[in-house]
Amino acid sequence: MMRTSRGDFTLCKRLTGLALLCVLPSWARAAELQVPASVEAGQAFSIPLEGSGQATFYLLGPDHVVKRSVSLGSELPIQSGDVRTAGRYQVIVCGSSCTSAGFEVKAAQPAHLSFFLHPSRVPVSTPGSIDATAFVFDRYFNLVLTPAAVDFQITPASGAGFSRQVSTRHGAAWMRMDSTPHEGRVQVTAVLGNVEEARVIQQVAAEACALRMKAVTSGDMVTLETEPVRDCSGNALPDGTVVSFTKIDKAGKSTVDTPIKKGIARVQFSVRGPAQISVACGVVLGNEVALGGKL
Amino acid sequence: MKWGLVAFLTVATVVLVAIAWLQSGGLKQHAMFAAVTPEEAVQALMSQIQAHNYQRAYASLDRSSDTDLASFTRDMAGSDGSLRTYSSLQTAEVSPLHADRDQALVRVRMNWSSALGSLDDVRDLHVRRDGSVWRVVWPKPAFSAVPPQVVSVNYLRWDVIGRNTSQNWGAQEVDSPKVRITSMNAISRPGRVVILGEVENEDTVPAYLNVNATLLKADGSPIDEEGSFDLISHVLLPKQVSPYRIDFPGVRMDAVKSVRMDARALLVSASADPVIAVSDQALSKDGLDRNVLKGELVNQSGRPVNIAQVLAAYYDDSGKVIWVSDGYVDQALMPQVPVPFAVDIPNDIAGRLKNYRVIVNHYTQASN
Repeated sequence: MMRTSRGDFTLCKRLTGLALLCVLPSWARAAELQVPASVEAGQAFSIPLEGSGQATFYLLGPDHVVKRSVSLGSELPIQSGDVRTAGRYQVIVCGSSCTSAGFEVKAAQPAHLSFFLHPSRVPVSTPGSIDATAFVFDRYFNLVLTPAAVDFQITPASGAGFSRQVSTRHGAAWMRMDSTPHEGRVQVTAVLGNVEEARVIQQVAAEACALRMKAVTSGDMVTLETEPVRDCSGNALPDGTVVSFTKIDKAGKSTVDTPIKKGIARVQFSVRGPAQISVACGVVLGNEVALGGKL
Repeated sequence: MKWGLVAFLTVATVVLVAIAWLQSGGLKQHAMFAAVTPEEAVQALMSQIQAHNYQRAYASLDRSSDTDLASFTRDMAGSDGSLRTYSSLQTAEVSPLHADRDQALVRVRMNWSSALGSLDDVRDLHVRRDGSVWRVVWPKPAFSAVPPQVVSVNYLRWDVIGRNTSQNWGAQEVDSPKVRITSMNAISRPGRVVILGEVENEDTVPAYLNVNATLLKADGSPIDEEGSFDLISHVLLPKQVSPYRIDFPGVRMDAVKSVRMDARALLVSASADPVIAVSDQALSKDGLDRNVLKGELVNQSGRPVNIAQVLAAYYDDSGKVIWVSDGYVDQALMPQVPVPFAVDIPNDIAGRLKNYRVIVNHYTQASN
């Protein structure tokens, strides 16, 4: 992810490395190189070189290749910057003949968490609606494959918080949970040692429930006003939610889609004779009001 | 020789004057001021309107016309950034309805072309004999206006703060709105297949919505893919429901095995205002004996709405959407002023529909 901008150059180097690996095995029967089986990413170390005279050293890594002249009979230092990327490395030393050895670079200690919390908005009281996934990386953004315990700490806007500990598998920890019955901000923090990443999810009211309006007539005008529009858990639907009023009288049908303001929706109609008025919010129907008898 | 040159210069002068007269609309003006039938009077008036010569057109009206030049121009050319201001008169079909010795009633069907398609305007005009010519009596345009006032608008608005692109992978992002197609119906129309239904924004934030449909053959391969284009309300506020219609011209229903629907929503900044009431909706016939759904739009906010589009969904007795039609209103919606609208309904649909629902799309110039 961090190296995509260098992708083409890296691919070219890898191909060069593969070509070398194909050509050089016959030379590698000379004196063996003493390399550690595995090292931690970013950790410098050295390789003792036997013999005398000058040689050429190659280090073929997953994302880069190093070539330099070395003196045989001394310690060959491998700098920390040359082994930052986790993966399989190959060391080749060519003097009068060539010799090679391989070693593994493993991810260092966890230093970063990439944390995905989905979705960013969720209706209240919805089972299995929230997914939290954390990927563990070291300071060089190598995925840490060693199992580690990630603590998901959930802090709702109201009520007690709770946490859930999940062990990583192949570098990822994942959990699913229900949304709580109360609207508002819920903070979910993924914690691993002293590394933590916080995300916020907005729990929002679900569909309207028991939608009711009242009518107040004044002359040939009627003012319709809903009661505070709430979902079945008692959460107020947010302002801006559209409520549709429909009036049918002898003049025909009239409709107004009006947004909720300060928790209620209000509209005014002129009425001529008996009228039937209904209210709806999305696919939820509310009560009906009959004015002046039946149509 | 001398007389020949004189004759040539005289003829040339007469020809040039005649050309100039023709080019300056003299023929039309002559026709207008010398209309010997009511139809000719209306046709000549329409020619002037087509040429945007409102002053000449106004001068040709009968003296009893209860209008002034400004009102007449506003009536024909539009105002306030309305769709009419972006339109031009394409054709005018004139047909006599009634005539006696001194008065006549003539129906004119004006077809205006605009960027959003053609618009019909049908008017019945009184024409009066004035000596040897006929002149159109233009009715006083009904421009309603509300008294000067301050309208307080505590409207709601949603703004979106997106993710910073420099942030790492996995950084917090705001999800797209959740929308749902609540109904879908595939019908066969002459020369085409039509997919129609309704879609709801189930979320608590506004959505910019597109509905696409792909017709599939029996082997699952696609026949055609189309979008709802302007037969949908693209911006849906929370819990708002819009009808949609997708036309597949040249496709036969018996070739279609299944339909794949795709509703894509984007999170956008939006405003909950203006609220536009749709009042006095009723099914009726227009002047051309077509089935229409008529009503009035009332802009309940304090700002003019420049262009409004009416979208109507029609339901059968089982509540299924059987047709969706639309129509643009060529007048601007001034605050609190009712503006009439009418949308066509095909004859076979009019016979089956039991209910209907109307919503309004609107466009408002930012500078207003």
